Amino acid sequence: MGLQAYLTLAAVVFCLGLFGTVTRRNTVGILLGIELMLNAVNINLVAFSRFRGVDTGMVFTLFAICITVAEIALGLSIVILLFRSRRTATADHIDWLKG
Amino acid sequence: MLEIAAFWTFAIILVGAGLAVVIGKNLFHSVLWLALALVATAGIFLTLDAEFIAAVQVLLYAGGVVTVVVFAIVVTERLVGERLSHTSRHLAAGVLVSGGLLVLLVRAIARAQVSLPRPALSGDLTRQIGTSLLTQFALPFELLAVLLVVGLLGASYFARPED
Repeated sequence: MGLQAYLTLAAVVFCLGLFGTVTRRNTVGILLGIELMLNAVNINLVAFSRFRGVDTGMVFTLFAICITVAEIALGLSIVILLFRSRRTATADHIDWLKG
Repeated sequence: MLEIAAFWTFAIILVGAGLAVVIGKNLFHSVLWLALALVATAGIFLTLDAEFIAAVQVLLYAGGVVTVVVFAIVVTERLVGERLSHTSRHLAAGVLVSGGLLVLLVRAIARAQVSLPRPALSGDLTRQIGTSLLTQFALPFELLAVLLVVGLLGASYFARPED
């Protein structure tokens, strides 16, 4: 398969994740959409790395995966904290920072 | 031939599972579909000869992230004693934004002259990744360890028991 097939696949997955992030009400659902988007970016990085014959993109993918894991752990702990104090996981209800 | 078949199989599984993640009604099922999508992505990495990345993807993403998300759902449902609602809103805006971006991206990809030939593998890719991780990228690698510790501490601080 050519590079364009991989790029197109990553674009489709990225847009699916964007759709989830925009439309979901639940904060955990929004996090799942963000996961899909990050995943699509990783496909792009690995594909470019393989087709260029340089391994930098793959090292970058490893970093991206590790940072995503830290991000999801922090995001979920914030969700748990919000649940404790506000009894809600709906993103629209978390608006008391509004001035 | 086998490579093309593998690519299309994993691509169809990935897109189908991704669709199920964003339009499903049940949050728990969404997480399981996400696990399938992440494993399919590992398959895509395999078709790109990146075995090490595929293994990390399965271990960290499909294993770690999905476990943590499932755990969070179970804990939050026990806290309130009701099922999490998992509906969608602004569907038209979502279709407009993501569909528009998709059209732009696909047009840009089709126009860009990126039909590079796939170079032959020069040696062991996993060995190359390991070498550059510990030579060229040694400092970011160490910083990543610090970041993970900070993330771990922050997460356990946020989710500490109330006193």
